[in-house]
Amino acid sequence: MNRKDFLQLSAMSFGALMVPKSLFAGNDIDPAHALVGGMDVAMKKQLADLALNAARAKGATYADVRIGRYLNQFILTREKRVQSISNTESFGVGIRVIANGSWGFAASNNVTREGIIKTAERAVAVAKANAKIMTEPVQLAPQKGYGDVNWKTPIQQNAFSVPVKDKVDLLLQVNDIAMLGGANFVNSAIMGVNEQKFFASTDGSYIDQDIHRLYPFFVVTKIDKASGKFETRRSLSSPVGMGFEYLTPTADNKVAGVVTRYKNRYDILEDVKNATADVTQKIKAKSVEPGKYDLVLDPSHLWLTIHESVAHPTELDRVLGYEANYAGTSFLTLDKWRSGNFQFGSKLVNIVADKLQPGSLGAVGYDDEGVKCKEWDIIKDGVLVNYQAIRDQAHIIGLKESQGCCYAQSWEDVQFQRMPNISLKPGKDPLSVDDMIKNVEKGIYIVGDGSFSIDQQRYNFQFGGQLFYEIKNGKIAGMLKDVAYQANTREFWNSCTAIADKSDYRLGGAFNDGKGQPGQSNAVSHGSSTTRFNGVNVINTARKI
Amino acid sequence: MAILKKEEAQVLLKKVLGFSKADECAVRLGGREGGNIRYARNAVSTAGDMSTLELTVLSTFGKRTGTTTINEFDDASLEKAVRRSEELAQLAPEDPEYMPLLGPQTYRESVTYVPATAAITPDTRAEAVARSIQVSKEEKLEAAGFLENSTTFDAIMNSKGLFAYNTDTDVIFSITTRNQAGTGSGYAARGFNDITKLDTYTATKIAASKANGSADAKAIEPGKYTVILEPVAAAYMMENMFRALDARSADEGRSFMSKPGGGNRLGEQLMDEKVTIYSDPFHPELPVSTWNNDGAPLEKMSWIEKGKVKNLAYSRFWAQKKAVKYVPGPSNIIMEGGNASLEELIASTERGILVSRLWYIRMVDPQTLLLTGLTRDGTFYIENGVIKHPIKNFRFNESPVIMLNNVEALGKPERTISVESYRSYLIPPMKLRDFTFTSLSDAV
Repeated sequence: MNRKDFLQLSAMSFGALMVPKSLFAGNDIDPAHALVGGMDVAMKKQLADLALNAARAKGATYADVRIGRYLNQFILTREKRVQSISNTESFGVGIRVIANGSWGFAASNNVTREGIIKTAERAVAVAKANAKIMTEPVQLAPQKGYGDVNWKTPIQQNAFSVPVKDKVDLLLQVNDIAMLGGANFVNSAIMGVNEQKFFASTDGSYIDQDIHRLYPFFVVTKIDKASGKFETRRSLSSPVGMGFEYLTPTADNKVAGVVTRYKNRYDILEDVKNATADVTQKIKAKSVEPGKYDLVLDPSHLWLTIHESVAHPTELDRVLGYEANYAGTSFLTLDKWRSGNFQFGSKLVNIVADKLQPGSLGAVGYDDEGVKCKEWDIIKDGVLVNYQAIRDQAHIIGLKESQGCCYAQSWEDVQFQRMPNISLKPGKDPLSVDDMIKNVEKGIYIVGDGSFSIDQQRYNFQFGGQLFYEIKNGKIAGMLKDVAYQANTREFWNSCTAIADKSDYRLGGAFNDGKGQPGQSNAVSHGSSTTRFNGVNVINTARKI
Repeated sequence: MAILKKEEAQVLLKKVLGFSKADECAVRLGGREGGNIRYARNAVSTAGDMSTLELTVLSTFGKRTGTTTINEFDDASLEKAVRRSEELAQLAPEDPEYMPLLGPQTYRESVTYVPATAAITPDTRAEAVARSIQVSKEEKLEAAGFLENSTTFDAIMNSKGLFAYNTDTDVIFSITTRNQAGTGSGYAARGFNDITKLDTYTATKIAASKANGSADAKAIEPGKYTVILEPVAAAYMMENMFRALDARSADEGRSFMSKPGGGNRLGEQLMDEKVTIYSDPFHPELPVSTWNNDGAPLEKMSWIEKGKVKNLAYSRFWAQKKAVKYVPGPSNIIMEGGNASLEELIASTERGILVSRLWYIRMVDPQTLLLTGLTRDGTFYIENGVIKHPIKNFRFNESPVIMLNNVEALGKPERTISVESYRSYLIPPMKLRDFTFTSLSDAV
């Protein structure tokens, strides 16, 4: 499912909910079946060796095998109705090889000795067919084998072990709160993902990983019948690399302010109550006067701006032209990086890439080509210093090893470069959000993500949000609506004048970030503290039809 | 073999239904065979081949439904799948919107399967791509493209005697060519049931001429302009509107089709009189399956007639609640046009902008269908009926509903694909006044 489809689902702007088929990829299963362990690791290792040997025997110079079991659970409700409960399992093997200098890939759900050998042979045949029109042979950065290792998302409560009934009851309680509070409609959902994946390569790695992700969310809708206008307010939850403990709120994980926001843990019952009040206020809010404003952006909003304007343009495959036909290329060309002085943002702007942050969507032990995960700088003191690379790209930017950014959405898709967590470092000096707002004469404080669009080289963007508060002479002066801001990426990041300190640092993220042809989905987090950008162009989005 | 013939599918589905003990049972069998090839920097980057066959069993007791999917087809597995779906149904909550299954239906056939497309091999794909790369190299450009073909079949049967079967072939191709300096970019996209209609050489030639023609674009001020949208741009712009032709969301008050005070805008003149949009699964240029997920037969259906909202889709539940006729959603989308070619539309334009492609369109406001997005891969300034020079790309903020009120002229409809969903449409090039561009983009 691409990100657009997913957002359509999560925004639920249509009464008739469109659920993309790919969201439910895999076979429907009994929820209890998800808790039964899959194939034994020793068996996976045996089968993987069989595949690696079969590939080598047919002439592969490199091979990797991914035996994956992917579990999904999605529960969707509206008002008093459970719309869908889906439990799916997908199990199979994907084999990638280099033969005659070219990549080849094949996948099968027949994970038997015969099936796996045939699949390995098919992968080699594809590689050899591609080699005939090859221009440059693949150069793979060296990677040491790790032997038998494993990694597991450090969850406290496996979401798949929580009874479906308890989740349904929670969501229906969320809906009741919204309807009793005066909402006209409410949609709510809990989505859980568990990737059980075993990776083996001819480098000598046998990596067993158990990865968990969770995303609870809702949308409250209020309609003003007389005018025919409607407004929505989406939950301020984030998709997380956590278990069900994310839905066990604690007081120290709440961020007080004009609206309560959440860090590490989420209080869905409190947020839906607030959302219902917010959406009522939104209907009556003042329509924004277009013009230049200082923007104060909450992490629940800024993550998406970071995602689109920093994370995507620093993907090395885009920079090189591999995504030119679909997602596009990047304005952050190699010459800008080579110059060593390309001022992407103001000196306050420090952006790091990592696949380590606890609770983040990107956190894994090893990527999908057997590289141990790490952290590195992308933007340092405002200057572009690095990209996101995988093994066959590392040499292009002079790296001796991959940065571990390879990912495939399932066993049946070929792995390729996907973004790690890309986050804005908090300000070094103590600064609270209140103190930041005190210094704004004419501004807008934006909470939650909304509409988003950016060009194919990531210069020009436009973002909406969930909640907009007018700032007048250092004080919040009430709610605004019909707000979107447009900017040029480099101008925007150079207009960054203040970043709150680490006590305000929070993660937001994308549960389904789309890229590639055929499209694949990736989950990734983006952290930041509240940040101020001066003099940004704001437009009014109200229209009449 | 993942593609079963009608009779083979019928035999298998009958056997599965034979295991059912539920009040109602529906079974669905779907198979897909195909492959893809992707290239960039004038060389193949990835390629793959796939084959899947899947059976879904849906069992219902009262208003409780459970679903199981399997891809094993021995008798024991089939029976296990039926039992599993029955167990899940017993555990499921009651669905207040459950609608009983449809009984036997009659369907007319549409020619959606083309043997030549079903016969595509990895070599066919590589050869098609080689022709595209050849053009790119000749023109000293860099090509990035994607070709994907599939043969699918779908069959449903239920305990009330309904049986439907369809098989379909599809091929899509898209190509972007860029000049070495990165100052020019061109695009073409094609989608067909029939591979013999796909000419990757000519499509790449078009993309190449746009890439060369769009180099060194000049900036002009954002604002309201007369635009000519090529079909691939127009289809992408209107896709969000097609999705919202739904009565329930309109009646609930949360759609552009909602009426202030309640109800929907059925019958209202919402667009220019030149706008007529309908579905027709039998259209020879855009054949699609003649039945939907409910097993309901699909016929020609008018949505917008001379600018008036003629029909909205009513789900079976919503139709019953509103005591109206069930109206299945659009099977495909065909928009009527005129006879003018793109060149003739350009020639008739005193001052305007030719838009080759739109990009990253997202909803800004669902109540007016205000969308934002950008032009891409060839944007040109027209003066006195000729293309004067390429211009820099723009961001727009525009609603397709407002846009379709500002129609100056429509050209000859052609089959095109959405650059994001890859769905095929039959859409004319359109000349529209007062299209709102809100800022410039440096992107090429």
